[in-house]
Amino acid sequence: MTGKTLYDKLWDAHVVRVEPDGTTLLYIDRHLVHEVTSPQAFEGLRLAGRKPWRRDANLAVADHNVPTTDRDKPVADPVSRLQIETLDDNCAEFGITEFKMNDVRQGIVHVIGPEQGATLPGMTVVCGDSHTSTHGAFAALAQGIGTSEVEHVLATQCLLQKKVKNMRISVDGALAPGITAKDIVLAIIGKIGTAGGTGYVIEYAGSAIRALSMEGRMTVCNMSIEAGARCGIIAVDDTTIAYLKDRPYAPQGKLWEQAVAAWRALKSDDDAAFDKEVQLDAAGIKPQVSWGTSPEMVTTIDGRVPDPMQEKDSVKRGGMERALVYMGLKPGTAITDIALDKIFIGSCTNARIEDLRAAAHVARGRKVAKNIKLAMVVPGSGLVKLQAEKEGLDKIFLDAGFEWRAPGCSMCLAMNADRLEPGERCASTSNRNFEGRQGQGGRTHLVSPAMAAAAAIAGHFVDVTKLQVASSK
Amino acid sequence: MEKFTTLKGIVAPLDRANVDTDAIIPKQFLKSIKRAGFGPNLFDEWRYLDHGEPGRDNSHRPLNPGFVLNQPCYKGASILLARDNFGCGSSREHAPWALEDYGFRALIAPSYADIFYNNCFKNSLLPIVLDGTIVDRLFNEVATTPGYSLAIDLTAQHITTPTGARFSFEVDAFRKHCLLNGLDDIGLTLQHTGDIKRYEAHRQTETPWLFSYPGGTIDDDVSSIVPPG
Repeated sequence: MTGKTLYDKLWDAHVVRVEPDGTTLLYIDRHLVHEVTSPQAFEGLRLAGRKPWRRDANLAVADHNVPTTDRDKPVADPVSRLQIETLDDNCAEFGITEFKMNDVRQGIVHVIGPEQGATLPGMTVVCGDSHTSTHGAFAALAQGIGTSEVEHVLATQCLLQKKVKNMRISVDGALAPGITAKDIVLAIIGKIGTAGGTGYVIEYAGSAIRALSMEGRMTVCNMSIEAGARCGIIAVDDTTIAYLKDRPYAPQGKLWEQAVAAWRALKSDDDAAFDKEVQLDAAGIKPQVSWGTSPEMVTTIDGRVPDPMQEKDSVKRGGMERALVYMGLKPGTAITDIALDKIFIGSCTNARIEDLRAAAHVARGRKVAKNIKLAMVVPGSGLVKLQAEKEGLDKIFLDAGFEWRAPGCSMCLAMNADRLEPGERCASTSNRNFEGRQGQGGRTHLVSPAMAAAAAIAGHFVDVTKLQVASSK
Repeated sequence: MEKFTTLKGIVAPLDRANVDTDAIIPKQFLKSIKRAGFGPNLFDEWRYLDHGEPGRDNSHRPLNPGFVLNQPCYKGASILLARDNFGCGSSREHAPWALEDYGFRALIAPSYADIFYNNCFKNSLLPIVLDGTIVDRLFNEVATTPGYSLAIDLTAQHITTPTGARFSFEVDAFRKHCLLNGLDDIGLTLQHTGDIKRYEAHRQTETPWLFSYPGGTIDDDVSSIVPPG
């Protein structure tokens, strides 16, 4: 008999019952709640006279709508304010723990879960947000769900689901200096495409993944959904356990010892079989920059905007042509010749302390270029912000001409006031370059925090690995 | 949930791959705390020439004549024909809500994003998967046949074209059962309360740390609260 994959183990441990066609009632250990996808679910509970099955499995925070300035004042946009207040009211009514807007623990839901130790290995984690895949970095089966499922989990502590297939993506070797987790995951998406992981859970493995910090692993798992996979997972190792020790929601004392012993088994068996295997050579990964309107439309910093005429598939060619029109780019343009208007360093992909350190390292002692209208840094949580300020990173950014904001999703999806104007071009550390994602008519290029900082200084894309070499001479 | 058994309707073709949920319903409309009323803002940025905001009267906004749903021949369409990876991106259920509110009851594409696909079934919106070559053929037929419509039979799991060609499709037995009978998932799951409680009791013994969150009570210590500036 072949062994089990990590996904097999996580799945098997959570099966409550199975229907004849394989539809499974899967138990959910942790439900993270935010203001955008929950109001209709709470309303559904109310209408049916239902209560949450298990209050303490839920943790709520407002992140999508919150402003990143003037947090001591009421939220200016009345529609956003109502949505945030609705979350406050629902959490109070149903007895759910919420970190309110001015709680220092508030932040992007996918940053605060791990930061609090509310995400633990072996858990099933859900949230009404597709980037819930982030939490898979802790060997948790973590996935985004819709609002009907939010209501279902609130009411039953379960999800109805069929098991999907196993994919393993192995990244082996050593990354070149200046290359980060963001470059790894963009390179993966460039290779397998935005639907490459559809119908799979992706396990990331290999020496380059094991060498990543938890922050880096979260960046990789975060963008699994951009490769089409609802979940990305990484096995438990010492890095995982060291990160979780003494976090507020993590077990303590004897329970900690007991938990750690169980977590050590959360890895795929050596003889486990995968339905699909993908290999990447870490040493070959260069800084990545997206050029189009889908995360798979990505190239390297030394690359050029591709020519749709070279594409044989007519549907793909049409997509490329539309993307180039939307992005205002011509085939053959060198990526380093693309000038920018705005810089966004933030989001659940890249707003953790390590991301801010990497960006500050590049920005230190330099100035944002004159053509950049706005360069903003939005920490992932109040605690990330505090830590960065302790390290003096805020001063580095402010001295360089960046704005230092309060935590939230901000310009990743532009639900608050932070957005691109039509035609503006942005180097962004976020996860989606879809049309209109950062504001109607806005043009997004996805990059790592170091690459975004370097682009802010230069005013156009530059190879951060060369910049760092130059600065260390 | 409304039942879905059969459907005969006009087909509107959306000939592009990787249509994401940001395009289906842009973020500003997600600020609504209601479940209905998203239809007028379906594909808002493609459909209108100006910028849409929630709460605005959409009836006087300038329409983009080049967008397929604005063409008179597709008025009243209830079936959307699409390309690969339809519904990729965000998990927002507002996307199927907007499609359903607009009047679509079924979708046909070679593939869908997982979360979107799943969300459709919760809203009596049937996402049919057909082979890429069949989808190509349907795109051609829609383009050359005014008023092109399809008949969908969920019980028999097939679609029929105006010339009588028939294509069968797959759908999970459980999802089909729920759609055909308009069943509410939560009500069904709560019939298994005993199973859930038994599982929970077992899990509490096996993994007790998942049932004792130190910070997890509602009487949370709020002394650490300071405004983040």
